[in-house]
Amino acid sequence: MQLTTPPILLQVAQLACERDERCLFSGLQFSVRAGEIWHVKGPNGSGKTSLLRQLAGLLPVDKGDISFPAEKSLLYIGHKLALKEQLTANENLAWLTALSTPSTDQQRYSALAKVGLRGFEESLVAQLSAGQKRRVALARLHLQTAPLWLLDEPLTAMDQEGIKDQQGWFSEHLKKGGAMVFTSHQDLTIDGVKVIDLSTLEEARV
Amino acid sequence: MMSFMFAIIRRDLLLVMRYPAEMLNPLMFFVLVVALFPLGISPEASLLSQVAAGIVWVAALLATLLALDILFKADFADGSLEQLLMAHQPTWILVLAKVIVHWLISGLPLVLLSPLVASMLFLPAEALPTLMFSLLVGTPTLSLFGAVGAALVTGVKNAGMLISLLVLPLYIPVLIFGTGAVAAAAQGLPVSGYLAYMAAMLIFALMITPWAAAMALKVGQMQG
Amino acid sequence: MSWFDNWHLPKWFYQMASPKWFYDFGARLQPWFAGLALILISWGLVWGLLYAPADYQQGNSFRIIYVHVPAAILGQSLFLFMAVAGAIGLIWKIKVAFMVARSATLVGASFTALALITGAVWGKPTWGTYWVWDARLTSTLILLFLYTGVMALNQAIPDRSVAGRATAILAIIGSINIPIIKYSVDWWNTLHQPSTFTLTSKPSMPPEMYIPLLLMVIGCYCFCAWLIMQRTRNEILDQERQSSWVARYLED
Repeated sequence: MQLTTPPILLQVAQLACERDERCLFSGLQFSVRAGEIWHVKGPNGSGKTSLLRQLAGLLPVDKGDISFPAEKSLLYIGHKLALKEQLTANENLAWLTALSTPSTDQQRYSALAKVGLRGFEESLVAQLSAGQKRRVALARLHLQTAPLWLLDEPLTAMDQEGIKDQQGWFSEHLKKGGAMVFTSHQDLTIDGVKVIDLSTLEEARV
Repeated sequence: MMSFMFAIIRRDLLLVMRYPAEMLNPLMFFVLVVALFPLGISPEASLLSQVAAGIVWVAALLATLLALDILFKADFADGSLEQLLMAHQPTWILVLAKVIVHWLISGLPLVLLSPLVASMLFLPAEALPTLMFSLLVGTPTLSLFGAVGAALVTGVKNAGMLISLLVLPLYIPVLIFGTGAVAAAAQGLPVSGYLAYMAAMLIFALMITPWAAAMALKVGQMQG
Repeated sequence: MSWFDNWHLPKWFYQMASPKWFYDFGARLQPWFAGLALILISWGLVWGLLYAPADYQQGNSFRIIYVHVPAAILGQSLFLFMAVAGAIGLIWKIKVAFMVARSATLVGASFTALALITGAVWGKPTWGTYWVWDARLTSTLILLFLYTGVMALNQAIPDRSVAGRATAILAIIGSINIPIIKYSVDWWNTLHQPSTFTLTSKPSMPPEMYIPLLLMVIGCYCFCAWLIMQRTRNEILDQERQSSWVARYLED
């Protein structure tokens, strides 16, 4: 079955990132194929979030190149979850999905059920806990069809159960031919996680 | 494209409905500022009716300015702006959607409230239609230029004062022609020239500001 | 901004974009501008203040135009210059252009303030008050507000590359609006108080009054060129302090 190499979804060449006149990383090079999961590691301030934001097209790329050989279709869940406190979980998912692939009430209810928020569909996000808020944001994983996921610290504020659940969703996504790049201070137990370590990159440069 | 725009407008209006103070505060501010002038100058009708147009327009400028904060600030803070910018849609559409929301909750209510404040200031009745019409044409221009200012300060902390420094000088031509139109109407002079000029300013603002605000939003993301 | 990427520009344009090149280029040009500014300004001042004939209506107080007019012209031109430099920075992603724009801001604002102050000083003997809502003074005041906005925005954003881009956008929008503001203020002025005296709109100025003014204007342009280059070069040294060529220069 693995006779043909899976297509490249994301290609990064000689990428550098400079913020506040400080070079965070440079010479970064990797390509993400369908079915791959990449873990961006590094201490605080090493540029993990900046890298993800560059991949998402939110930070300009001054040096190097980011390309999407296949269709450019991303799902980015940032450090800030993009949830409106005054709206309900269901309403938040409605506007978030309306930006790319509009969803129905039924789809959103079942996505919320998958992230363990059955019964909270019409609760205001302001009333949810930090972990529950993150689950609302992660429900987008079950609603949007983008093949490439960019997740910034998806494990933060999640309990053990939640982390286990998430790894299940990740594996499922990879099996379907998706790929993902994520940042975390925690290691996953999924097999075949590829690592980008921004701290060693820095040393190599110096 | 249109569905993207409507999705944003619908979401923002829903948010305003959940928290109506966002809309009511600028309006109350508008009435309050107008009420300060008789207290500060004189309650005499002959004096007030002369300056009524200027007072209403200055108060409208300030009220619009006050409401600018809601354009992008909350979206930047909670990360919504990132998602809106990542949607495969031109950013100027996002700006236009935001401007429409801003005008619906600040400019339009001001137009509707203006007969009330005009009568508080003894504006001659024959000038009232011109006042309302000049506000109707002028306030969208204020929202458009305001959007550029609001986009430029996304990510700047305590930007309230800063935004007025950026935006108020750009509002001056609207103020001059808006007040000029009402003053001319009060004297029974023709006003179409003024209103045409204000309409031209609106078209001009429509051409340049969505582009500038879109660019400013992307620049602001660099500090996210 | 990406649709500009395919524009091919002459080589010197990209050379100018390099901080080191600009630094060296500035060092070579600066003495010329300094010399020209010194000669033209002193020539213009001596001629204008001592030898030009007195105005038949205003007497000697008109002589302040030899400072006021160049200051007002420079204040306006530098705003436009700042916008153009900012636009170049935005379009071709040139860092030096932002530094030039940043250096021009304070210079332009100072000249605008000088134009306002000299206008007020002239107003006292002519109108009897320091401030009159004269069309030119009012537009100059608004111009100063525009400068204030640019400077305030510049200071509020700590990251200099972000600040450079944001102020460039503001300067562009502001400079596009300057003609509209001027037109509306002129119009407003004629409506409210047609002032009998205006500082500059002389129907015909004799050459012995006019030429010193011209010398002053050109001299001030040279002075600004020198000053902006100096400020930009300082800024380059500061922002490029980590690069090797700066270290080499500082050693010498």
